[in-house]
Amino acid sequence: MKIVLLGATKGMGRALARRFAERGDELYLLGRDATELAAAARDLATRRPPGGARVEHGECDLEAPDDFGSALDAAISALGGLDAVVVTAGLFATQDRLEADPVLRRRLLEVDFVRTIEFCEAARERLLARGGGTLCVFGSVAGDRGRKPVVLYGAAKAGLTAYLEGLDHRFHAQGLRVVTVKPGFVRTSMTAGLPEPPFAGEADDVAARVVRAIDRGWPVVYAPPIWAMVMLAVRNLPRALMRRLGF
Amino acid sequence: MSPGLRTPAPQLSGWGRLPVPGREIRSEDLAGVARSRPLTRGLGRSYGDASLPPAGALEVAGSALADRLLAFDPETGVLRAEAGLSLREILRLFLPRGFWPPASPGTAFVTLGGMVAADVHGKSHHRDGTFGRHVRSLRVLLADGRVVDCDRETHPGLFRATLGGMGLTGHILEVELTLQRVPSAWIVEERRRYDGLDALLAALRAAAADWPYTVAWIDTLSSGNALGRGILFAGRWAEAGEAPLFPPPPRRRRRFPVDLPEWCLSPFAVRTFNALLFGTAPARPQRRLLSPEQFFYPLDAIEDWNRMYGRRGFTQYQCVLPESERPGATRRLLELMIELGGASFLSVLKDMGAEGEGMLSFPRPGVTVAVDLPIRPGTAALVARLNRLVADEGGRIYLAKDALSTAADFARLEPRLPAFLAERARWDPHGRLGSAMSDRLFAPAARGSQIS
Repeated sequence: MKIVLLGATKGMGRALARRFAERGDELYLLGRDATELAAAARDLATRRPPGGARVEHGECDLEAPDDFGSALDAAISALGGLDAVVVTAGLFATQDRLEADPVLRRRLLEVDFVRTIEFCEAARERLLARGGGTLCVFGSVAGDRGRKPVVLYGAAKAGLTAYLEGLDHRFHAQGLRVVTVKPGFVRTSMTAGLPEPPFAGEADDVAARVVRAIDRGWPVVYAPPIWAMVMLAVRNLPRALMRRLGF
Repeated sequence: MSPGLRTPAPQLSGWGRLPVPGREIRSEDLAGVARSRPLTRGLGRSYGDASLPPAGALEVAGSALADRLLAFDPETGVLRAEAGLSLREILRLFLPRGFWPPASPGTAFVTLGGMVAADVHGKSHHRDGTFGRHVRSLRVLLADGRVVDCDRETHPGLFRATLGGMGLTGHILEVELTLQRVPSAWIVEERRRYDGLDALLAALRAAAADWPYTVAWIDTLSSGNALGRGILFAGRWAEAGEAPLFPPPPRRRRRFPVDLPEWCLSPFAVRTFNALLFGTAPARPQRRLLSPEQFFYPLDAIEDWNRMYGRRGFTQYQCVLPESERPGATRRLLELMIELGGASFLSVLKDMGAEGEGMLSFPRPGVTVAVDLPIRPGTAALVARLNRLVADEGGRIYLAKDALSTAADFARLEPRLPAFLAERARWDPHGRLGSAMSDRLFAPAARGSQIS
């Protein structure tokens, strides 16, 4: 597959890119920091058995929407095609910080909702123009229900998830496969230092599941899978109880 | 969390599960998180307090996410990577290409940085020496924030202090090492049992000439004629014609489900276990084909096997004794252990080759013994007695396993300590780096070296 990844230098995106690279997919990495992109590309190329295709990269900042189209076009021409776009980039901050810092709050809401959707629109147009393909975007279990520790982050992810579902309904017949990933608590640098809840997962386990979801076209995937059950329960708790609980 | 369930204060522990208040902060940007912290921790497989924060600090940096491959040359086998890359990943990525690390400890759940910091050794020590021998260069973040590269020519003092320096000279960011070429992805193992210590030691020495990998398990509960009876395992890589062309299938890991209750560690239970294991081992050499995972890392098949020692945790006593200069040292150690009633499940015995290059590297020529000790009221006293014997015999203890030795013991065991501390003070004059282990073992000696 020819895959463009936004946000693959760290965390779950890095783990996912490694799985793609090791099985021989052709990758183009998009991200903010040219040095990090080059180091990530070198890591991926070294993992790939000798004789495999190259890993290319180019700069693209999720906060600079005017460049989304040109960055994707450069990726498509470098790869000589496009089968999938994977978006793992995004911002995270704790509810306390977001309540205290209006600048960070606006930035997070913009990046995780508006800019991510704008990037997805640019990717969607290009995938459809080539007859379809996969758009895989990382939402969060935080978007499944309004909860005390993730009021703002969860709201952005909930909006993003609603957009992705709409996209699936609208363009499925034209060959667009939308995969919404909802990670639970995963041990990455994003969650470093946070108190760990039960069922915490590892980035590589999430990556293994996302690769399967992309290959099989699953529209929604919880990772680790146990979080599907956890969130089913959380979605069904009565509001009076949610007001009293800490999560 | 519900209001009824209070978030407990974060705790951190080594493999022996003796916790202290602490937290590990992991990031892909290791230099970023290490800069303001006194210590970097890898995968936490050292048994005691080597990876735990010193007094006055709560957080240590974690390297496990900083695990990028930086370069690999298939002609020479030279690999350069970030310090958090695990041995397990190295094996997964490079064994299919015909490469294997020349020195490997008993678990693959260790990082490159951790292997450098403990200057680890393995079943090939009699032939290949420690891990450090195969390290070409290191990139280290110093206490003052500078990042320096060191090797045998550039900053050789820093290089030698960092090999085996338990992370106390600086944060190890990158490691360059040479992997060994191997002929297949399978191991030919030969094992047989020996009925007493002398026969076992003689067999270990004889096997060292013919086999690149050797180790023995000994029953540390039997005394008299059966003292030091054990099973010798010798291994070598299968040649292309001897082994299947396909690589061994990945092993399924099982999780140790509970903390075992105390009676499982009773002398009777342990004696029965050891007798069964010894009794079922062949009396004549028996060969079989194993995967490297089975041969090198048998315990890695059981996730969280440290829960076997129950809730109170455990430590491991590992020392090396100069057996050829002081014949009978191993026997004296085993006899003392039996007398004090400290022995537990199967213990490990191995002959060691050359001394490591690191200023505090553990290995030296002789015989190493490693014994798991469940934590009980008398364990610290037992360790103190063993330390006294080892110091009298001119031996050493292995810091990656130690949890209970005192600064006074360590000063007696390590004549090399003042030189190490002097080198360390050159790179960290204000004492910004440290661990719970350096607090415990270096404190009085460190004050002494600052005065001088």
